[in-house]
Amino acid sequence: MTQLVNTQINGDAVGFACEIDETLLDVLRNRVGLSGAKEGCGTGDCGACSVILDGTLVCSCLVLGVEAEGRKVETVEGLSDGADLHPLQTKFIEHAALQCGICTPGFLMAAKALLKNNPDPTEEEIRYALAGNLCRCTGYDKIVRAVQATAADMRGS
Amino acid sequence: MVRYEAPQTTPEAIALLASAKGRVHILAGGTDLIVRMKGEYIEPDVIVDIKRIKSMQSIRKTAAGTSIGAAATCGSMGRHKALKKAWPGVVEAANLIGSDQIQGRCTIVGNLCNASPAADSIPALIAAGAQALVIGPKGERLLDVDKIPTGPGKNSLKKGEMVVSIELPARAPRSADAYLRFTPRTEMDIAVVSAAVNLTIDKKSVITEARVVLGAVAITAIRVPAAEAALIGNTLDEATLAAVAEACSAACNPINDKRGTVEYRTRVAGVLAKRAAQSAWARAGGKA
Amino acid sequence: MSSDTKFTGQKFKSIGTSPLRPDGIDKVTGRARFGADINLPGQLVGRILRSPHPHAAIRSIDTSKAEALAGVKAVITSADLPDLTNGNSELFNILDNCMARTHVYYDGHAVAAVAAVDATTARKALKLIEVDYELLPHVTDVDEAVAKGAPILNKKCFTEGVEPKPRKASNIARRSEFGHGDVEAGFAKAAVIIERNFRTEQTHQGYIEPHACVASISPDGSGELWVCTQGHFVFRQHCAELLGMDVSKLRVTPTEIGGGFGGKTHVWTEPVALALSRKANRPVKLVMSRDEVFRASGPTSATSIDIRIGVTKKGRITAGDATLRYASGPYVGMWAELGAMTSFACYDMKNVRTVGLEVLVNRPKTTAYRAPSAPMAAFAVESMMDELAASIGMDPLEMRILNAAKKGTRSSYGPVYGPIGIGPTLQAAREHPHMSAPLGKNQGRGMACGFWFNFGGQTCTDLNIAPDGSVCLTVGTIDVGGARASLALVAAEELGISYDQVRTVVGDTSSLGYNDMTDGSRGTFSSSMATIMSARNAIKILKERAAKMWDIPVEKVTWEEGCAKAVGKKYGNLSPLSLAEIAEAAPNTGGPIAGHNELVADGAGVSFATHICDVEVDPETGRTQVVKYTVIQDAGKAVHPTYVEGQYQGGAAQGIGWALNEEYVYGEDGRLQNSGFLDYRIPVCSDLPMIGTQILEIPNPNHPYGIRGVGETSIVPPLAAIGNAVSNAFGVRMTHVPMSAPRILKALDEAESKKADETQQLPLEL
Repeated sequence: MTQLVNTQINGDAVGFACEIDETLLDVLRNRVGLSGAKEGCGTGDCGACSVILDGTLVCSCLVLGVEAEGRKVETVEGLSDGADLHPLQTKFIEHAALQCGICTPGFLMAAKALLKNNPDPTEEEIRYALAGNLCRCTGYDKIVRAVQATAADMRGS
Repeated sequence: MVRYEAPQTTPEAIALLASAKGRVHILAGGTDLIVRMKGEYIEPDVIVDIKRIKSMQSIRKTAAGTSIGAAATCGSMGRHKALKKAWPGVVEAANLIGSDQIQGRCTIVGNLCNASPAADSIPALIAAGAQALVIGPKGERLLDVDKIPTGPGKNSLKKGEMVVSIELPARAPRSADAYLRFTPRTEMDIAVVSAAVNLTIDKKSVITEARVVLGAVAITAIRVPAAEAALIGNTLDEATLAAVAEACSAACNPINDKRGTVEYRTRVAGVLAKRAAQSAWARAGGKA
Repeated sequence: MSSDTKFTGQKFKSIGTSPLRPDGIDKVTGRARFGADINLPGQLVGRILRSPHPHAAIRSIDTSKAEALAGVKAVITSADLPDLTNGNSELFNILDNCMARTHVYYDGHAVAAVAAVDATTARKALKLIEVDYELLPHVTDVDEAVAKGAPILNKKCFTEGVEPKPRKASNIARRSEFGHGDVEAGFAKAAVIIERNFRTEQTHQGYIEPHACVASISPDGSGELWVCTQGHFVFRQHCAELLGMDVSKLRVTPTEIGGGFGGKTHVWTEPVALALSRKANRPVKLVMSRDEVFRASGPTSATSIDIRIGVTKKGRITAGDATLRYASGPYVGMWAELGAMTSFACYDMKNVRTVGLEVLVNRPKTTAYRAPSAPMAAFAVESMMDELAASIGMDPLEMRILNAAKKGTRSSYGPVYGPIGIGPTLQAAREHPHMSAPLGKNQGRGMACGFWFNFGGQTCTDLNIAPDGSVCLTVGTIDVGGARASLALVAAEELGISYDQVRTVVGDTSSLGYNDMTDGSRGTFSSSMATIMSARNAIKILKERAAKMWDIPVEKVTWEEGCAKAVGKKYGNLSPLSLAEIAEAAPNTGGPIAGHNELVADGAGVSFATHICDVEVDPETGRTQVVKYTVIQDAGKAVHPTYVEGQYQGGAAQGIGWALNEEYVYGEDGRLQNSGFLDYRIPVCSDLPMIGTQILEIPNPNHPYGIRGVGETSIVPPLAAIGNAVSNAFGVRMTHVPMSAPRILKALDEAESKKADETQQLPLEL
C-alpha cells in the first residue's frame, strides 16, 4: 500500500510516496534522489547508510520510510553549507581518511553525532563511537585522526 | 498488502492489536523486525509503530522503582544518569546491543520479546528482578521478565498483548549489578556467552542477596541458584569466586553453533560470572 | 649489499608530496557515484535466483509462472546465456559460474534471473521459479576434498601437471612445482628440522560496496554497462565474449568503486544483467545483496599447508619443502600455484621445493584477494622461522636477516632478484623503537615478513592539453585508493607544472585502448610509466609548437619548469613560452596538443615488508587484541606518501581481521552460515590500534622514478606476525587461522597440560 509521507530532509520540506516495506534508505536513494547514504549490508551492521533522524544517529536501512512522517532527516548531502564544507569533510580529505569512499558518508554522520555530544573525545571514545561503521580500506587510523583533528579544530584549539 | 499504523496512545495501540487481522508485528526499534522483513523471514500484514506513544518513550521513577517504556531506546537508557547509577549492569547490557546507530533505535522490550538466547539485556533484567507490564484485551498483568521468552525467537505473549514497560525494583543500599559478555569483536557482535550478577552486601561486605544469570548457554537465559547460594553469606574471596565459576559452568546446557562451541561456552560462562560478580561487588562497595 | 640503483637520489618537485585527492570533495559530500548510484530511464530491477544446495544436478527449471507474473519483463536461465566459449575452458568456467548449466556446485550458485518493474515484483517472481534438483554429495573442506572417498565435483577433472596423465578423476585440478637445488641433501645438512601442518580458513575481501551494475543492450546489438569494477576492459572482454557481441560494441563505464581488493576483478552478475537487458529490451540494474556477496562472489582460498624446513645450528636454512593445498571452489584456479611461488620468496635458499595443489570444493569460485595466496603461505613459513630460531636459541629477527634474499639471489620461484627491500626492512625493524618498547602483562610481540610480485601489464594513457594550458590525463586503470592523485603528480612532475593544473580521469572502454585491470599492485606502477611517456610525447609536440611560434629550429628548444625555453647564443634572450601560451596558440600552430602512450609495463619491482605486532591475550577467555602494530615496507619511490601509508595500514588491518576472526563457516549441510557482517567479523574501529608505518625507498630499476607497487604486500605478514606474538606471549604455536578465542584457549590449555606433564615426569627422570 503506497503511503504519502511529509518530512524534512536537510532543512527542506520533502514529500514522497512509498510502500510500507520500503526503508528510509530505499526512499532516500530511489524516491528522493539522495544517493549519499549507501547500502553496504541492509542489516544495520556496516553503518554506510547512517543518517541523523530527529537528532539521533540511525541506520536508515533499519527505519521504514513511513516512519519519517513529520520528522527531520539529516544526510551527508546536508553536511556542508553550500560550498563551505563542514570541518569534518575538510579534515577527512586532508587526513586521507578515505580511500574508496563508500563508507565515508556514514562515517561523517556518525562523527558528527559524536562531536555534538562529546566535543573532546578520547581516541577510545572515538573508536567505540565509530564501531558501527565498517571501513575496509583505511584500517581506521586516518579516520580516527581526522575526527581528532576536527574536534580540536571545532573547539578552537 | 502490509498496513502501517502509528497510534498516539496506549489504548489505541491495544485496540489496534486486538482488532488487527493476520500477522501483526509491533515496531519499536525495528532493529530486528526490519531485518527479518528484509530477509523475508516474516511478512507482516500489520505493523503497529509504538514510537509515537509518549508514555512509552519515557524512563521514570515510580513508587516501586523505575519504569522503562517499551519505546525508550537503549541509547536513552545510557544517557539516564539515575538509571545508570541504580542499575549499572542493566544499562551496560542494554548499551552493548549493536552500534550507536542501533542504540538510537533499539529497546530492551524489543530485545526481551525477540527472545534470542543470546540477547544482552535479558540476563541483566532477570538478575535485576525486573518485571514486564503486559497489557492486552483482558487487561494488565505484571510478569517476571523470565516468563516472557520461552525459547529462541518465541515469547509467551498472547494475541493482542504487548509489553508496555519494564519495571525495575527500587534499590536497597549497598546493591549493584554487572553484565559481561564474550564476543570476538569489541563491538557490533552477538554474545557467545554472557553473565549478569546482581547483589547486595552488608556493612562487612558479606553478600546478603544475589542473583546470577547466564545468557547463550541454553534456549533461554538461565538463573544459577547454586552460584547464588555460593555467593550468599560470603565475601568475594577466591574460594567463593571459584565456586561461582564452577556452579555456572555446571549449569550450562549450550549448543555448538557458528558463534561458539559447547566446550567454550561452558568454560567461559564461569569466567564471566566470576568477573561480573567482582564488578558488581566492587560497585556495591565491597571491600576485601 | 648496496641496494642503490641509477634512480637512487633523484630530485623531485611533485613526486613525494601529498596533495589532496581530486575525488575527495565528491566523496565527502555524497556526490560520488558508485555502482548502485547509476540509474537509467526505464530501468528494470534484476534479481538472481541462487541454489540453496551445495551440490546438485539441475533436472529442470520451470520459469513459466514467473514469466506470467505482471510486471516481469524477462526471466533467464543458462539457455539465455548459451555456451559460446568454443573450448576455452577458463571462459567456460566464468560462464558456468555466472549461471549454472547442468549442475550447481555451491550454496549461492546462480540458476536463473528475472528483470521486473520493481524490487517487490522481482522478489515475487524468483519465488515462482521452480527448480528440480537432484541432490549430490558435497565436500567443502580442503583436506576432506582430497581424502579417499571424497565426492568428486567434476568427473572430467584429471589432475593437470602430473605425468603420466592420471586416469582417475580427482578434486585436485592442477599441480604445480617450483624450486631448485636438492632438498633432501639440504635436509641432511640441517641441525634442526621442523615439520608441521598449517591451516587457514576461507576469507572474503569484505569490500563495503556490494557488486552493482546497470546494463543496457540496444536492439542493434550494441550495449553499455556501468559497473563498479577493478578492470572495465576485462569486464568488457568477458561480457562481450559470453554474450556473443563484438568487443568494441560494448562500452563499459567504470563507476567509483567501493573497495575491491581483488574481488572486483571478476564478472559475477554483469553477463546476467546484460542477458536480462537483451531479453527485456530495457536497461536492467542488478545489485547484489550482502548475503549474495558472501555466498556468490569469490572469496580467497581455505588452505592446508604441509611444510618442512631445516636449519644449521647457526641459523642458516639448508632446505625448505612445502606442499600447499588451496581450495579454489568448483573450478580450477591458480591459487596454490601463487602460494607455491611466494612461500619462500623472502629467503636465499640453496635447496627449495614447493608444490601447489588446486583443490575443488563445493564453495564459491575463489578469486583474488590482495596479494592472493601469499598470506597463507607466509603464515606457514614465517611461523616456522620463529619456531626454528627458538629451537636453536637465536633471535628470530637475526635469523631472518641471515637468510634474507638480496640482489643476485635466485628466488625460490625462479627469477634472480635485482635490488630488493627484504634486507632493508629487516634492518629497519631491528632499529625500530617498537622492537624495544615495553610489553605489558599477558602481552607478546611477534614479527613476520611478506613478499608480493607486483605486476605491470598492458597500459595506455592520454594526456590532453586544454586550450588554457591545463592538463587532462585520461587513464584506463581503475583508481581504488588514490591513484588519480598519484598520476596527476607524475604528470605534473614530468611537465614541470603544478599538481593543481592536472586533472586525472578514468576513461571508459571507448576512450582508450585496452588496459589490464587494477590488480597485482599495478595501477600506479604501470599507469605512471604510461603517463611519463605520454607527457614526454606531449613535451615533444610542445617544443615543436614553441619552435614554430619563435620560428627557430626545434633542436634549440628545451622544456624546463613547465615552459619552452630557447637555448644557445642566438636565441637565449627569447622569453620562455609557458604551457598556457603554447596551448593558446595551438589553433594556429597545428591544432590540439596531446601526448599518448601504449606499453606493456615490464619490470614491476618485487615488494617486501616486515611487520611488528604486539598482542594482549586474555588467558581465561583466549580473547586476543592487537595493541600495537608497525608496518615497514619498500615502496620503491612513494609518489604520494600519505596514500602509500594508507595502503600499508589498510592491508595490515585486513590481515589482522583474517588472523583473529574472519572465516567462512559452513554447516554439515554445506550451506554458508555467516553470510553477513554480523557473523563474518571484519575488524571494527575499536578492535584496532593506530597502525605505525615506515616507508623505505629502494628504487625499482625498471621504472623511471623507481616506483614499485605498494597495494598488496601489507596483507601478507600479519597472520604470522600475530601467531608469533601469541606464541611469544604464552609459548604455544598457533597453526590454525583464524586464531579465534576458542582456538587460542585450547592451545593455552594444551601448553598448560604439557607443562604439567613435564613437571610430573621430572622427579622420575631425576
